[in-house]
Amino acid sequence: MDLNYSAEELAFRDQVRAWLAASLPAELKDKGHYSRDELLAWHRILAKQGWVAPAWPKEWGGTGWNLVQRYLFEEELGYAGGPPLIPFGLSMCAPVLLRFGSEAQKKRFLPRIYHGEDFWCQGYSEPGSGSDLASLKTKAVRKNDHYVVNGQKTWTTLAHYADWIFCLVRTDPTVEKRQEGISFLLIDMKSPGITVRPLILMDGAHEVNEVFFDDVEVPAQNRVHEEGRGWTVAKYLLGYERMNTGRIGESKRQLAKLKELAKNKRNDVRFRDRLSRLEIELTALEITNLRFLDRMRRTGQPPGADVSMLKIKGTEIQQGLTELAVECTDPLAGDEMSLALQKKYLSMRKTTIYAGSNEIQRNIIAKMTLGL
Amino acid sequence: MNFDYSEEQQLLADSVRRFLQNKYQFEDRKRIIDGQGWSPEVWAKFAEMGLAGLPLPADYGGFGGGALDLMSVMEAFGEALVVEPFLPSVMAARLVARAGSEAQKRALLPALAEGRLRLAFAASPKGNVVGAPPAGKLVLQDGGDLFLIDAAEVKMKPYRTLDNMLAAEIDASGLKSERLSGNAETLVGEAVDFATALACAEAVGVMKFACDATLEYLKTRKQFGVPIGTFQALQHRIVDMFIECEQARSMACLACSKVDSVENPADRARAVSAAKIRVSDAARHVSQESVQLHGGMGMSEELKVSHAFRRLTVLARQFGDADHHLERFASL
Repeated sequence: MDLNYSAEELAFRDQVRAWLAASLPAELKDKGHYSRDELLAWHRILAKQGWVAPAWPKEWGGTGWNLVQRYLFEEELGYAGGPPLIPFGLSMCAPVLLRFGSEAQKKRFLPRIYHGEDFWCQGYSEPGSGSDLASLKTKAVRKNDHYVVNGQKTWTTLAHYADWIFCLVRTDPTVEKRQEGISFLLIDMKSPGITVRPLILMDGAHEVNEVFFDDVEVPAQNRVHEEGRGWTVAKYLLGYERMNTGRIGESKRQLAKLKELAKNKRNDVRFRDRLSRLEIELTALEITNLRFLDRMRRTGQPPGADVSMLKIKGTEIQQGLTELAVECTDPLAGDEMSLALQKKYLSMRKTTIYAGSNEIQRNIIAKMTLGL
Repeated sequence: MNFDYSEEQQLLADSVRRFLQNKYQFEDRKRIIDGQGWSPEVWAKFAEMGLAGLPLPADYGGFGGGALDLMSVMEAFGEALVVEPFLPSVMAARLVARAGSEAQKRALLPALAEGRLRLAFAASPKGNVVGAPPAGKLVLQDGGDLFLIDAAEVKMKPYRTLDNMLAAEIDASGLKSERLSGNAETLVGEAVDFATALACAEAVGVMKFACDATLEYLKTRKQFGVPIGTFQALQHRIVDMFIECEQARSMACLACSKVDSVENPADRARAVSAAKIRVSDAARHVSQESVQLHGGMGMSEELKVSHAFRRLTVLARQFGDADHHLERFASL
């Protein structure tokens, strides 16, 4: 057992760190919310360096890095504090196309995703279908060479920035097993009949939206995989790229900032101990994450369902950090910095809810790992 | 980076587990506790398997192993709730190996490796010492000095701790004794960190048992016509127990690795304290939940899980509880 990175791995990390320090524009650092242009600016800088999609196959622009290098890169990316790489195109739609897409679909969409020419969003949740996603009702009726889509998606992150949306839709309402009537469609957001309406969250930010589909025509060639196999596609995505759900690098950056912020609370033992426990939880999660990585490397197998614990713990830590940051502010403050810290706490409540709520993650571990 | 045990470490852990499964079942353990509180036969077997000599220097009959080499063994001990005072002896032996004269090392270490001798550590001339009765000699700290004394000369009032470990209230004041060289505070600090890292590994083993036993119970115990493990309220709680155990395991790995490799005492102490805080928190959570999810059966003396509760309650506080280590963690 050796918990240290090898000399080569450390050299790789230093190379990434140095490049990030030189290439990330200062004005893009540590902003709570980013515009479409800001998100795409950073995306394109990484694309130009050839680092925007490390996990993709080399022929499509992947870097050929091994698991540890990919992990180190993601950690450094988070630690650098730049705009997030929006996952919907890069690590959700693209893996689906690579696995299930036709050659024509790959050629059409992958290069545009890589170079940040199309902004993607994800059409999964509906008003009546959250954790119980397979109950979704948005329907797509085949008419000659296209589908006619009607229904509503909700909580659609950054739909107001998006050029495209990938959607789970119901193509067959008659099958007994409801998972079997679902298909996976790629829909141009400029299609007539699509309306995007903002949902403002409690921090006042516009991040998520409702998306309405009113007789939207979608060419049948934009269906990925066979009709009725959309659930297979969605499940594949669940198992893909879940090694960074702990967001270790990002939390390390937030921890360092919190320590700076809490300098004048040094003698507050109650606060100090909570901060220590959070720091230790993060250290433990980092090692747990590396243990998963090491297991994948040794067995050559994708991560098991127990990797869900990274999401559970990682999001609890992210929330804990913002909660302690709030305690460094005056509750009645009106200055911009204090309010930003307080709003971040509001905003981070979403983390234990999105991407499969932490309760759903626990269901997954109970069923798949513990056999309950 | 590599989290695998080496082939040797894995083979050793396998053979220890095999032995414990054959000869150290819950009933065997009960017989030992009801008897003299430790088993000379078991100790002889530990020596035969090389456990007693593992952490001792190679020049004195040992194998020169570190905490990482003992980690899987301590986990296995935890799973079986071993009551033999192995860790107290290992810790005291480490002090002799570091501070003993050539003659003292020649006299004691080979005997330890062969299982003919046990040691224990006393932090002051009067106090409670785990593993004192079967020890032949005590390493005694008296202020800034370390001494070696014959256990036979020490006044001892033996008793059992809450988790059935053999211990004694000792009084060694005024005894003539041999001195060990070096700064006691530094030496003991290092040895305590070493033992704390191993106690963390042992606690992880106990927690693994508690989680596995509770999971098994959830699958077999039926109420309202179904296994109680079908209830989501209980599923989420046992998932949290497993997560606690994994987070604790990660920190035990860190602590064992740091006591072996880090030369800077502050770095080492910080890692060990971090681990002990996390392991103590997890020990409390897992022990309490394992009893709760077992219902009334979890309270029963007959069930091993109640003994795991006792062991974890002690391990959470032995070598300093979470509050103690939070204080130290913040000061470093």
